[in-house]
Amino acid sequence: MRVNFTVNGRQQEADDVWEGESLLYVLRERMGLPGSKNACEQGECGSCTVRLDGVPVCSCLVAAGQVEGREVVTVEGLADFAKQRAEHGGCATAACGTTLDQAKQWEAKPSDSQTGEGSELSPIQQAFIDAGAVQCGFCTPGLLVAADELLERNAEPSDADIREALSGNLCRCTGYEKILDAVRLAAARQEEAV
Amino acid sequence: MATIGTPTNISQGSRTKGGIGESTLRPDGTLKVTGEFAYSSDMWHEDMLWGHTLRSTVAHAEIKSIDVSEALATSGVYAVLTYDDLPTEVKNYGLEIQDTPVLAHGKVRHHGEPVALVAADHPETARRAAAKIKIEYVELPVITDEASATAPDAILVHEGRDDHHIGHVPHPNIVHRQPIVRGNADEAAERADVIVKGEYTFGMQDQAFLGPESGLAVPSEDGGVELYVATQWLHSDLRQIAPVLGLPEEKIRMTLSGVGGAFGGREDLSMQIHACLLALRTGKPVKIVYNRFESFFGHVHRHPAKLYYEHGATKDGKLTHMKCRIVLDGGAYASASPAVVGNASSLSVGPYVVDDVDIEAIALYSNNPPCGAMRGFGAVQACFAYEAQMDKLAAKLGIDPVEFRQLNAMEQGTIMPTGQPVDSPAPVAELLRRVKARPLPPEQQWLTAGEEADVRALPGGLSNTTHGEGVVRGVGYAVGIKNVGFSEGFDDYSTARVRMEVVGGEPVATVHTAMAEVGQGGVTVHAQIARTELGVSQVTIHPADTQVGSAGSTSASRQTYVTGGAVKHTCENVREKVLEIGRRKFGSYHPAWATAELLLEGGKVVTDGGEVLADLVDVLEGESVDLELEWRHRPTEAFDLHTGQGNGHVQYSFAAHRAVVEVDTELGLVKVVELAVAQDVGKALNPLSVVGQIQGGTTQGLGVAVMEEIIVDPKTAKVRNPSFTDYLIPTILDTPTIPVDVLELADDHAPYGLRGIGEAPTLSSTPAVLAAIRNATGLELNRTPVRPEHLTGT
Ligand code: FES
Ligand code: FES
Repeated sequence: MRVNFTVNGRQQEADDVWEGESLLYVLRERMGLPGSKNACEQGECGSCTVRLDGVPVCSCLVAAGQVEGREVVTVEGLADFAKQRAEHGGCATAACGTTLDQAKQWEAKPSDSQTGEGSELSPIQQAFIDAGAVQCGFCTPGLLVAADELLERNAEPSDADIREALSGNLCRCTGYEKILDAVRLAAARQEEAV
Repeated sequence: MATIGTPTNISQGSRTKGGIGESTLRPDGTLKVTGEFAYSSDMWHEDMLWGHTLRSTVAHAEIKSIDVSEALATSGVYAVLTYDDLPTEVKNYGLEIQDTPVLAHGKVRHHGEPVALVAADHPETARRAAAKIKIEYVELPVITDEASATAPDAILVHEGRDDHHIGHVPHPNIVHRQPIVRGNADEAAERADVIVKGEYTFGMQDQAFLGPESGLAVPSEDGGVELYVATQWLHSDLRQIAPVLGLPEEKIRMTLSGVGGAFGGREDLSMQIHACLLALRTGKPVKIVYNRFESFFGHVHRHPAKLYYEHGATKDGKLTHMKCRIVLDGGAYASASPAVVGNASSLSVGPYVVDDVDIEAIALYSNNPPCGAMRGFGAVQACFAYEAQMDKLAAKLGIDPVEFRQLNAMEQGTIMPTGQPVDSPAPVAELLRRVKARPLPPEQQWLTAGEEADVRALPGGLSNTTHGEGVVRGVGYAVGIKNVGFSEGFDDYSTARVRMEVVGGEPVATVHTAMAEVGQGGVTVHAQIARTELGVSQVTIHPADTQVGSAGSTSASRQTYVTGGAVKHTCENVREKVLEIGRRKFGSYHPAWATAELLLEGGKVVTDGGEVLADLVDVLEGESVDLELEWRHRPTEAFDLHTGQGNGHVQYSFAAHRAVVEVDTELGLVKVVELAVAQDVGKALNPLSVVGQIQGGTTQGLGVAVMEEIIVDPKTAKVRNPSFTDYLIPTILDTPTIPVDVLELADDHAPYGLRGIGEAPTLSSTPAVLAAIRNATGLELNRTPVRPEHLTGT
């Protein structure tokens, strides 16, 4: 079958997609966007987390056909996504989320969506590096997408909020402490910037 | 910029930034946060095929026949290989003992053993074709424990064993045995006022690294193959791959691709030979990526163990003797079992002074999944048991458990049960003191003033199973000792190549090693070492491959010590060469070139008095220095096979934990509230990474305490839970805050005084959590992981 959808602001068309193929497979193997990782294919580890019309989902559990006409943001588009959000007023208060319309308004520059080059890092990406939250980094893309969505919804998350929001993302290396640090750091920097 | 011949003074502040001791950031961090870092599963090649492995559905059976015709006829399939297609007489591989078949021949010995390979144009095509391969098995009885392995009429897991251990083990189904006898435990036992015995069971833990086994093999024009793979030791892989392929090592070019964690699980080969075989057969690039299910079969696990301990102590709290027997289940193939036995036995006493010991450790061959290396390597299982024993003794004597440990704590100069003196700081009592001195987290944190209980902080969390009734708190302590580096006479060396030159008007150093960066941060530290030794800020880390000499394994907490040592050593020699060039070019300008101790700092050549003699740019202009050197730590020796005596270990590392838990006694749910740790790291080359390693290791120890276990059916030896739905690793909700206290007591034998850090925190974390749960519930709890039924008695 053929699937038409938008990835990181760019219209995409995937041909000859098998019925059983997941969104994750289509992103990684057909779109050339291997940023989203496959570590369980069962919705247990969160490594494959992307946003589908603004909502964080495990892309390994989404059948490719389900994304017809919809908007996907992957880690490759995260920096631009965050930038555009900031430019469009962002979300300074808690609990505003992204509406479907907002998600559709957003578009990344095509070159950035493929390579990430030339784009600045989003606050959460920078915070992960600065806080030492990246070791092997395999969990990182999924955690970044989930954490970015949390900060969009809740600019001042408590530790319990962070734990709850990231509880679907496994990390085997860090012991999570530095991941908490990173989210706190990004939240604090976001606050400073406002 | 300083000009030649006009010496100026530089202040301390202008020393090279980003050197050792600083928390410099990972060079691969940006790539990893943007999704651009190429993990082995992200490799892609035009015209690439997908490989798939067919694995046995039974644990122990004779293979009567394999019919691949239907699979081969499937459209999109390019090759189907079985044992008969292997190109040479060498059909097995292995780390120490070559007993692991590339593809099963005649027999399968464990559930999930590779039997056939398929290459096809879509991963699903390969999977479906593999399902069409018909295998006729004649099932055999399974060997699953010590009794079935050593029964007089037991079927041999491996017929005709004639490896070097055979004369020493009591049964061919035992891979290796190491006794250690020192003093006279029986005589010493007579001095004991109390004796405690215990029988402990340690479950089978999985490394559960997040990035599954994967890689890409590309056939090359000279008949060789290029392999891009996630591994822990490129050269060890190469040594095992080449004979099976029948190729000289030069024709196999291996490059490390992004590794998504390892923890010992990538020490053995997984898909390496399989991908190469398919690529050479089809003439096309072949990628293999395991899914999570297959990953549970694709690597060895941590040895499950039975441990039988006896300790004695006098009324005033001094240990008199220790006897123990440790039975490790190595599963169907040897992997690292012999070395795990060496560690388990030699570290079985823990960080305590006991002069009279009687120790025996063995590893079995069985039809359970093969076990080998995992973080903590043999020391973990022992620590779980001896720490439980310490608590039992302390309770019996009415002494505080921390005080009891401190009374018996080893220190610098203590003689190990192997007769080896501990010749560097061993701050065991101090580490315990530090975790104990830390203020306890507030009681009942779920109580929020005047409001409903915050269920998120309670056992069971958001499942809302309790509002605090029936929840009790406990506190527990543990400490452990781990050896660093490869022991028992292993030639544990590393190689580094360092180049220094001017690029774009800047002095630049390039460091090339074959070290596998598996997430531990070696790449960060190598750049820091080069900056410190060579005084340049620009350091490029060359990708790890087999074009440079071996770096040894990224395991045993050894890489910063050994490959870090090799980088330091090579840099020192490069520095000498740079200074020679400087003397040749500028020696006549200033007498200090000949007389003073010279350093490279901040891009300049300076005297130890801080006088600047030249810019490195001027020295290196038109020249470059390029050296590849090997470096070894001091040698070790094998343990005597009968007495266990010998200077077998290079260095020890120590960590202590205090666990605070809350237990819902009604449902048997455990919430770990805090897991504080103190560790001596000798010298923290990168404090940020050090803390990250300690927290990560602590969490793996927590996992095996309360949730992680590969469950093998004792009747069929089949694995019951090969998925992240059923094999649980700690989430961010299961993991408490982990405050870390880092000590830096230099080990004079090690580069910069450093101590390997990666494993020690995994040891004491588990027994500390268990001790805390026992403290909360009063239950005996002699097995790990603790499950709800153990706490509720159901
Ligand atoms: S790969 Fe999708 S949740 Fe694990
Ligand atoms: S950093 Fe390795 S899994 Fe999280």
